Amino acid sequence: MIKQFISLEWKSFFRSAAFKQNIAIKILMALGAIYFLAIFIFLGVLSFELIEKALEKGLVSGTNPFQVVNKFLIYWFVVDLFFRYMIQKMPVANIKPLLYLPFKKGEIVKYSISKTITSFFNILPAFFFVPFSIILLIKGYNVLAVMSWHLAMLGITFSLNFLNVFLNNSNKVFYPVVGLVAVCGFAQYHGYFDLTIYTEPVFAFFYNNIWSFIIPIGAAVCLYQIAYKYFIKQLYLDLGFSKKVEDAKVEDLSFLDRFGKISTYLKNDIKLIKRNKRARTTFIMGFLFIFYGLYFVMIGQEGMMIFAALFCTGGFLFSFGGLVPSWDSSYYKLMMAQNIPYREFLLSKWWLMVIVTAVSTVLSLWYVYFGIEWLYAILAGAVYNIGFNSSVVLLGGAFVKTPIDLMSNKKAFGDSKAFNAKTLLLIIPKMVLPVVIYYAFALTISDTAGFIALALTGVLGLLFRNLIFKWIENIYKTEKYDTIAAYAQKD
Amino acid sequence: MISITNLSKVYNGVSVLHIEDLKIEKGQAIGLVGNNGAGKTTLFSLLLDLIQPTTGYILSNDIKVSESEDWKPFTSAFVDESFLIGYLTPEEYFYFIGELRGQNKADIDALIASYSDFFNGEAVGQKKYLRDLSKGNQKKVGIVAALIGNPEVVILDEPFANLDPSTQIRLKKIIKGLAEDANTTVLISSHDLQHVTEVAQRVVLLEKGKVVMDKVKTSGTFAELESYFKGISESHAPLLLEEE
Repeated sequence: MIKQFISLEWKSFFRSAAFKQNIAIKILMALGAIYFLAIFIFLGVLSFELIEKALEKGLVSGTNPFQVVNKFLIYWFVVDLFFRYMIQKMPVANIKPLLYLPFKKGEIVKYSISKTITSFFNILPAFFFVPFSIILLIKGYNVLAVMSWHLAMLGITFSLNFLNVFLNNSNKVFYPVVGLVAVCGFAQYHGYFDLTIYTEPVFAFFYNNIWSFIIPIGAAVCLYQIAYKYFIKQLYLDLGFSKKVEDAKVEDLSFLDRFGKISTYLKNDIKLIKRNKRARTTFIMGFLFIFYGLYFVMIGQEGMMIFAALFCTGGFLFSFGGLVPSWDSSYYKLMMAQNIPYREFLLSKWWLMVIVTAVSTVLSLWYVYFGIEWLYAILAGAVYNIGFNSSVVLLGGAFVKTPIDLMSNKKAFGDSKAFNAKTLLLIIPKMVLPVVIYYAFALTISDTAGFIALALTGVLGLLFRNLIFKWIENIYKTEKYDTIAAYAQKD
Repeated sequence: MISITNLSKVYNGVSVLHIEDLKIEKGQAIGLVGNNGAGKTTLFSLLLDLIQPTTGYILSNDIKVSESEDWKPFTSAFVDESFLIGYLTPEEYFYFIGELRGQNKADIDALIASYSDFFNGEAVGQKKYLRDLSKGNQKKVGIVAALIGNPEVVILDEPFANLDPSTQIRLKKIIKGLAEDANTTVLISSHDLQHVTEVAQRVVLLEKGKVVMDKVKTSGTFAELESYFKGISESHAPLLLEEE
């Protein structure tokens, strides 16, 4: 029986859509995975020394690096749980066909839960904890105590893994807990209240008492049992497999009617964003880019101001706009066969992006607090984004042929298929060109000239918009059949 | 109304559709029958310019569908669930299509009311998004949406599949009504020979991408079609036996 499960797993892995990529994307994906693993190994190996140096300089408070790590572990595990909750989902869809076959229910459940053990979320921490533990041993920490601590961390990681199995979809518990911890982190940063004072001894306990690893390991075993029992009860079509049906909420958007023909599509796009998980996530992520500029303020790289400004005002443009027309992929045939001229369809998307970019710009105006140049940068970036990038993003969309599953967040953090040579090439006019334009004028004449030049390019884009649109429309038309065919494929 | 000339579609060297010449008069109701892979959906997709013909062309009201978009205002279709917008309620979906076809909210409300017996108290008036409706109810919504704005050409792929018996009977009535309308050209496909012969005025039989029968419906058409398909299934039976 195990043999059949493994053979199914093997096939589902090697026949998955990700493997149908061309070789270049595969290499890129592999490099990405290696990059993450390398960062974690790097952290594991070097964090001891880095923290030691930070302690000497007084950047963090604490007695020794190990104690500092114990202090911050609570945040590590909360982040771990957060990402598990957001991304790691129980593979119920895959086991539904097994229900009709002569498998024992217990076997199916065991198989499904064991599958979660091999998840990326359990492997990644090992790349930190293993090298870190080895460093501890080299530094002369007690062997048995380190082993106890290490096993305890393993136990907690697996506890979270099993916890996530039955925690799934209980937002009422999840969000308050995460919110509370986030508030604690904020309070700690500003020195109001230190949560870690209470949690640090807990992690230190596992080191100080060599038998104590039994507690988290025991917890993991218990949680496995609970997960098993929970899961087996869910193994009915009307329980674990049923889709959650939310009550439809109808909102009155008739105030948009003043936009004329475009309003028909705008109303739809607003509903698209409000009612679909994936679109909602992308929308929020787009707005989070408004804070991206703070990073450059903090590291003192004010020279990157124009780059930051493009992102602050264009976060939505890049994240949401970059996937036009894939947002409409599930009903693309309708859009192509209904009474919708191509131009109108594109124009509505253009307006959506322009409106949201304008809103992002207003929301970014507070950067003026860091200096009047920031205001100029934001405004110049906004004009460039509205005038020029909005068209470039639409152009890129013609080559994006990844269907989007609106209901799932699975690929919200990067869709490998959305990257291809043509969309990568379009980064040049989107990001590189404006920076070059700015510096060409800023370094030869003055900063102000740089901002003006950038804004003027945007205005030029706006003036020639109709011409550019004609061109984009033709590209969409030639790509139309390929796009329809690609959207019809389901992973 | 629709004229098909030397139309063919080839996938990887395999011809899936080849129609030398087919003319459909305005106001006619055409029933398209054929086994799986006969090319019915391919033909509909070509009519809606969703795929590109390998050779030939289709003229709809003298407009070449693969070159101009001007056929869209008078053509309407429901082919599969990719014609539905899952995150809208049925009413919102009707309003959306209505706005695209120059109908106001009152027109659409009247239309929904006039099809209330077709919906049979399901599908509309519930707090549900289209994606949460059953397959049958989704189909009802798709079919009614295809009738919004009095289109001159209506294309319905397998409209009877997934519908319950009472709804099938109501749908037959609706399609018959369209067939009698001299302004509306209707194209439907079905695997159910009874339904097709009942509602269509002319039956076109496709087999492996070719038109093998094209007749104005008479009382004998059903028997003719049945004996044709019986013939196909019998011609394959001995082959299977030989292989064993």
